Amino acid sequence: MLRRASKTVSLVAAAVLALAACTPGNPADGNRTIKVAYQKTDSFTALDTMFQDAKKEFETANQGVTIELQPIQANDDDYGTKLALALRSPSTAPDVFYEDTFKVRSDVDAGYLLNLDSRLKGWGDWEKFDDGAKEAGKADDGGTYAVPLGTDTRAIWYNKKVFEAAGVGLPWQPSSWQDILDTARKIKASSPDVIPFNMYAGKGTGEGTVMQGFYELLYGTGSGLYDPESKKWVVGSAGFKDSLAFLQTLYKEKLAVAPAEALDPNIWKKVFGEWFPKAKLGATVEGSYAPSFWQDGGSYAWPGYGQEMGVAPFPTQNGGAPGAVSMSGGWTLAVGAETKQPDLAFNFLTTALNAKNSLAFTVASSQIAVRADVAADPGYQSANPFMKDVSGLVAVTKFRPATSDYPRISAAVQEATEAVITGSRTPEQAAADYDTAVAGIVGGDKTIRK
Amino acid sequence: MPAHHRRRQVFRYLPVLPAVLLLLVFLAGPVLWAFHASLTNAGLTGRHARNPEWVGLENYQRLLQDPVFPLSLALTVLFVAGSAVLGQNVLGLALAVLMRRARPVVSATVGTAVVAAWVLPEIVAAFAAYAFFSRDGTLNQLLGRFGAAETDWLYAVPMAAVILANVWRGTAFSMLVYRAALNGVPAELTEAAHVDGAGAWQRLAFITLPVIRGSIATNLMLVTLQTLAVFTLIWVMTAGGPANGSTTLPVLAYQEAFKFGDIGYGTAVASVLILIGALFGAAYLRLLREQKP
Repeated sequence: MLRRASKTVSLVAAAVLALAACTPGNPADGNRTIKVAYQKTDSFTALDTMFQDAKKEFETANQGVTIELQPIQANDDDYGTKLALALRSPSTAPDVFYEDTFKVRSDVDAGYLLNLDSRLKGWGDWEKFDDGAKEAGKADDGGTYAVPLGTDTRAIWYNKKVFEAAGVGLPWQPSSWQDILDTARKIKASSPDVIPFNMYAGKGTGEGTVMQGFYELLYGTGSGLYDPESKKWVVGSAGFKDSLAFLQTLYKEKLAVAPAEALDPNIWKKVFGEWFPKAKLGATVEGSYAPSFWQDGGSYAWPGYGQEMGVAPFPTQNGGAPGAVSMSGGWTLAVGAETKQPDLAFNFLTTALNAKNSLAFTVASSQIAVRADVAADPGYQSANPFMKDVSGLVAVTKFRPATSDYPRISAAVQEATEAVITGSRTPEQAAADYDTAVAGIVGGDKTIRK
Repeated sequence: MPAHHRRRQVFRYLPVLPAVLLLLVFLAGPVLWAFHASLTNAGLTGRHARNPEWVGLENYQRLLQDPVFPLSLALTVLFVAGSAVLGQNVLGLALAVLMRRARPVVSATVGTAVVAAWVLPEIVAAFAAYAFFSRDGTLNQLLGRFGAAETDWLYAVPMAAVILANVWRGTAFSMLVYRAALNGVPAELTEAAHVDGAGAWQRLAFITLPVIRGSIATNLMLVTLQTLAVFTLIWVMTAGGPANGSTTLPVLAYQEAFKFGDIGYGTAVASVLILIGALFGAAYLRLLREQKP
């Protein structure tokens, strides 16, 4: 009997402890605590380091203030979901958080982000930020709600060893899609066990499929996803079909990986960790952040990457102006609309993004700088051998249409690529399916045939 | 005195009050919330995130027109029928019957092996199953020794893979239920049948199964409801793919609510799932009530 009683007591005690652990902070000191939510993974610790440094700096300068760091261990998709769930309720919403540029507009619509216009006016560093990058933090009302951390571009990364073995002249610079196919076929003929030219496709790789793959194709045909003038989504374009047809050729001729492998969400780990270092892959489209995986301390450290890898801009379909295509994303820091300490939260944001912390983060995560003083720093310019090439692509880069319908549209594009590479639909059929899907998502009156 | 009597009645139910309150808060609450949300256009982000609008049955109408929904419904039925009703249930019964005849060592070894899968947390079991079926996984390595070509099981036969994984993970529960039930079958009955010349199959069909039919119904209800809700296993192994080839209703609900941020639509899918579960539950409960003399 006594034993049972003690068991019950300990169970109750455990439950109370568990519940207490769920309670967010002590309300008594809540006013002087700034909660900071951000992403941290095994292969992405640069941001964590930046916030740890900023926390020390800020707490020393502001006695009595506690910076409560809340790293979220998740991939990009899951981080977005967890953050959105936390933002739904003022009691769980962080004061400062790491926000994907393409979520800014819909989160402003939701009322999650604080308008920073008046505060940014009083921040001397703001004029050092690149104007293009500033656009990413703006909402439909023209106000600025987020401060960019860094940006990125996409290009073709290729393995010089593989190219040399196939007798391709270096440095390689394809001027059209045909050039890519010719080179890939050449590699296939000379080294059958190498994957000549891979492009992500299907729903497995999620946004990777469209950002590092389909959009480079689509925007190189002169078409696009969204027509900003009419504010309508483009359907029925020849460019869309041509892009799908290109993917079909790559996968059908086995110039890319097997479709089953393409649908594995972890394929990018093989690209960075296995195939490129072992010279098993000729080329792929990937982000400017690629060196962050290979440099010292990265998750797939590879000392020889500087010599063995090359980078080339992705060409337009037939070499038409401007000759190359790139896509940019990037992340920002934002302040929660419901924060009780907006000034303190904004001040912490400016500490986290001061010149010193920005430089360290930009270099460690192989980002493209958005601050003029960081971009001019010799430490940044020599951060990796490809910095100059990938930074130059900012001139031709495009951004995603960041509306709240976008995630669904993106999923429809991913579905179209999946249907084509698995051979279940022809490019024409898949494009028609996409048109139907888009009309279903945004409504037929918000589409435009171009 | 009636007042005194009534007070005693109240006191009698007092001990279950906390349980009832907990059920209301943690079970009925979310169910009602989900149903309410399914009648709005609540979103994870965008302008309907904090101020959802009432849209009536719009989400359900959309569901009926969604080409993925019938597929998802069919896959859910296939998953439940294949892995719970047939797989776990029949295999669990077979194991329980065989273990009564087996030597203690064999029975203990088999029992441990089966229960081990049940002991694993779902996420661990899911990763183990992924590691088994994936391209460079155990299954392909084993088959490779016999010279079989590499197959992408999770891509080629995703439903078969997740059904097998769920059978592997869940059979222990049915086995334990049936072992307990078989112990309750009076030995005189089977012996009498044996003396009368009934074979092993006849004894099973005409004596054992009718005696334990109450346990069968209970077990079927529990594994059906549990399997209806399986999410982690499928999400880790195939994430619903390829081309929605293993998107059961829980996976569909998650995708809609969290991947596309459409909470209203996602909860509509979840409400349908709750309804199906409730139908199954009611059917089994009726079956159970009929058992009672």
